[in-house]
Amino acid sequence: MNEIIKVTDLNLWYGAAQALRHVNLNIPEKTITALIGPSGCGKSTFLKTLNRMNDLIPNVRISGEILYKGQDIFARDVDVNLLRKEIGMVFQKPNPFPMSVYDNIAYGPRTHGIKSRARLDDIVEQSLKDAAIWDEIKNRLKKNALGLSGGQQQRLCIARALAVEPQVLLMDEPTSALDPISTSKIEELCMQLKEKYTIITVTHNMQQAVRISDKTAFFLLGELVEFGDTEKIFSNPADKRTEDYITGRFG
Amino acid sequence: MKKQRAFEDFVHGIFLFLGLVTVGFVLLITVYLVIAGIPAIREIGILNFLFNIKWASTASEPSYGILPFILTSVYGTAGAIILGVPVGFLTSVYLAKLAPEKIRTVVSGAVSLLAGIPSVVYGLVGMMVLVPGIRRLFHIPDGASLFAAIIVLAIMILPSIINVSITALEAVPREYEDASLALGATPVETYFRVSVPAAKSGIAAAVVLGVGRAIGEAMAVMMVSGNAPNMPELFGSVRFLTTAVASEMSYSSGLQRQALFSIALVLFLFIMLINAALNFFLKRSKE
Ligand SMILES: Nc1ncnc2c1ncn2[C@@H]1O[C@H](COP(=O)(O)OP(=O)(O)O)[C@@H](O)[C@H]1O
Ligand SMILES: [Mg+2]
Repeated sequence: MNEIIKVTDLNLWYGAAQALRHVNLNIPEKTITALIGPSGCGKSTFLKTLNRMNDLIPNVRISGEILYKGQDIFARDVDVNLLRKEIGMVFQKPNPFPMSVYDNIAYGPRTHGIKSRARLDDIVEQSLKDAAIWDEIKNRLKKNALGLSGGQQQRLCIARALAVEPQVLLMDEPTSALDPISTSKIEELCMQLKEKYTIITVTHNMQQAVRISDKTAFFLLGELVEFGDTEKIFSNPADKRTEDYITGRFG
Repeated sequence: MKKQRAFEDFVHGIFLFLGLVTVGFVLLITVYLVIAGIPAIREIGILNFLFNIKWASTASEPSYGILPFILTSVYGTAGAIILGVPVGFLTSVYLAKLAPEKIRTVVSGAVSLLAGIPSVVYGLVGMMVLVPGIRRLFHIPDGASLFAAIIVLAIMILPSIINVSITALEAVPREYEDASLALGATPVETYFRVSVPAAKSGIAAAVVLGVGRAIGEAMAVMMVSGNAPNMPELFGSVRFLTTAVASEMSYSSGLQRQALFSIALVLFLFIMLINAALNFFLKRSKE
């Protein structure tokens, strides 16, 4: 299988504190990878390194290499804004802009230069359909997005991310703020999306990792302890620490 | 147990009383202005008072038209807003979002200082520097004019606009900005397309506060505007509502004095209106 992201010996420091240690992993295209591990082990940090959102935090230092489609994402000539267009992100807390549903979705395409009303209309419709929320909100495109339910807001945020045609979708505990029904809707959605996109998602929910992911990466104290097929990790982990974590002995 | 309770009630009572003192002063001023301002308006006639363009309070046949003052105050304030808001707004975006720490410290310090300068000092500097400058630059006989007043006012309202806008911009949740950046928008794009719209009610409140400051200012504009009761012209000598009251109060008597109170009442109504607008925007920005 084609590997879309290759991480080699990645280290990251917040000031003097090291948050990622010698991380090596390759992410196959059009799969779902689950990142698991106890709080503070560096999952979000790792995720934010992939689209360089860490650039915005002062005193972050990074060593190692990340290749996206063979291209070094830390290279000087890389356009960070284009990188973030290719590698989209969905946050833990649904964060729609305080604008209409339509303007939320159209925000990204407009940013990247699309002005034609007809094209924007198409993109809005297609993105909302891809995020499995079109039927629910097609009649309220002009309404403020903050009026939607939490689950709808999160799917709107997914639609907003899809609207710029990314290749990879990073999700940081996308369902942790949602009720069970909304959660299962998003899980279903992820399964559909992997036809077209590569998804990397952080989750605290072991069942969720088992249900939706192809690959699982277990982090502990900034280290990648184990990475492999989800089935294998959960049925027959190679590392004692992985076993302890997934059986709930710590975390 | 019982004693504790009594003490609590006592403290509550004191706070309530102190709160009511403020309310009392507002009521007192309002009632006084209305009582003192109505008689002259009655005698002069409200239309004549508001729309007559001639103010000649000490003439043998006096005329008490305050349209020149009203228009001067409105134009002066509008001018100050037109000049001051863009500068103040962009400064606030820069300080709240873009400026490096060091520059932010220096500029914020300067803004606080600007806010603390007494208005008589603005007037003095305006008189010594601005007025002669305008005279020379535009080749007019006297630089003391509406234009000079507008510039002084524009500078004087900067701190309120900047500070209130910064507060509004800093209250914009970081998550909105992150979402925009993660979509590939640049920081500057993010600030203008996400942060500013999200803070718009607060920024509107800042502008209204600036309007209030400008329309209520007396000392500084008196010193640079020439103070002649003419209909406003950009490079002409003009008198504001505030300065109309201040400049004749010391030697006025009879109807003239009463008319000054009426002017104060008109000014007061303007301020009330502006305050209502301010409250409206502040409430909206909290939602
Ligand atoms: N902005 C930051 N500045 C300093 N330290 C941070 C920052 N963000 C995270 N950290 C630290 O880095 C470590 C990893 O955090 P994080 O990636 O958020 O973990 P996780 O998402 O797995 O819970 C933690 O020890 C955390 O305290
Ligand atoms: Mg996290």
